Amino acid sequence: MSYRGMTAEIVTITGDKGDKIEAYYAKPAGKGPFPGVVLIHHMPGWDDWTMEAVRKLAHQGFACIAHHLYHRSGPGTPDDLAAKARSAGGVYDDEVVADVKGAMEFLRAQPESNGKVGMMGFCSGGRHTYLAACRLDGVDAAVDCWGGNVVVDDPTQLTPQRPVAPIDLTPNLKAPMLGLFGNEDKNPSPAQVDTLEAKLKECGKTYDFHRYDGAGHAFFAAERPAYRVEQANDGWQKIYTFYHKHLG
Amino acid sequence: MCSYITEKTEISGSAKGAGGWSNVTAAHVYYDHPFHASLDHALSIDFMSGDTTRKVAVEMSAESARALVASILAALESGEEAHG
Repeated sequence: MSYRGMTAEIVTITGDKGDKIEAYYAKPAGKGPFPGVVLIHHMPGWDDWTMEAVRKLAHQGFACIAHHLYHRSGPGTPDDLAAKARSAGGVYDDEVVADVKGAMEFLRAQPESNGKVGMMGFCSGGRHTYLAACRLDGVDAAVDCWGGNVVVDDPTQLTPQRPVAPIDLTPNLKAPMLGLFGNEDKNPSPAQVDTLEAKLKECGKTYDFHRYDGAGHAFFAAERPAYRVEQANDGWQKIYTFYHKHLG
Repeated sequence: MCSYITEKTEISGSAKGAGGWSNVTAAHVYYDHPFHASLDHALSIDFMSGDTTRKVAVEMSAESARALVASILAALESGEEAHG
């Protein structure tokens, strides 16, 4: 089902240490009840594409929120704050997880909520999704879109900001996981996706991985050369189906 | 991919952005997803005032960046020869 009307606005969530964080929130028209989705933006920042993806999910019947991961670097424009966060080595995993928890609480507090909340992320947001889904209770479905550095082959890549490889937290994962990957991607490489899938299988987790030939990293990005229309359309359909199954 | 790898170098000079001219003290250079350029990956240079204030940002293709490096070196070589 798709919804022809929606509202989209900037709201405030309460994140790590009680910090007030800007978030872009779109919900379908009507009283609901609607399932919720926390969308974790990619490394380039809280950009227009992120907000388009939020509206895309709202059109499909989900109340979707994307908070600004780099708000603590502010004030400033999203691109400048992304540059500042990058310069500082990125955001801290603990902050990300706590902020995601705040976004989940916001969704469940809305009168239109059906009580179910999923999450998803792209690129670094895919890693954050895997991380948060392993560390938080109450995640009903998680979608990792080509999350890089979920599998860490070189331990020197671990930093104070990112001290653990999310794959190592897999035993704690409670939510079903959908993974979408391009077979021409280098991060995660097909071998790393194999490693991740083997870990999920070993731990007895519910997961559904799809790997696309002819696609690399970020193949949903319609404004970039990486865009692959057939693979992206199929991927979005798999996401809708997965969420409707697990979120209602 | 998202690498977080950033090369930082101190520089001495000025840059002109939306707010006019200002001093810049560092350049942060990285090759990763751009914010604006229609590229999958871009060589990005942030000209900084201090470590956190970005005065000018550019994003370009890898080929453009290599051509720019060659142009900078050529200009330095010919200019330093001309001006002693």
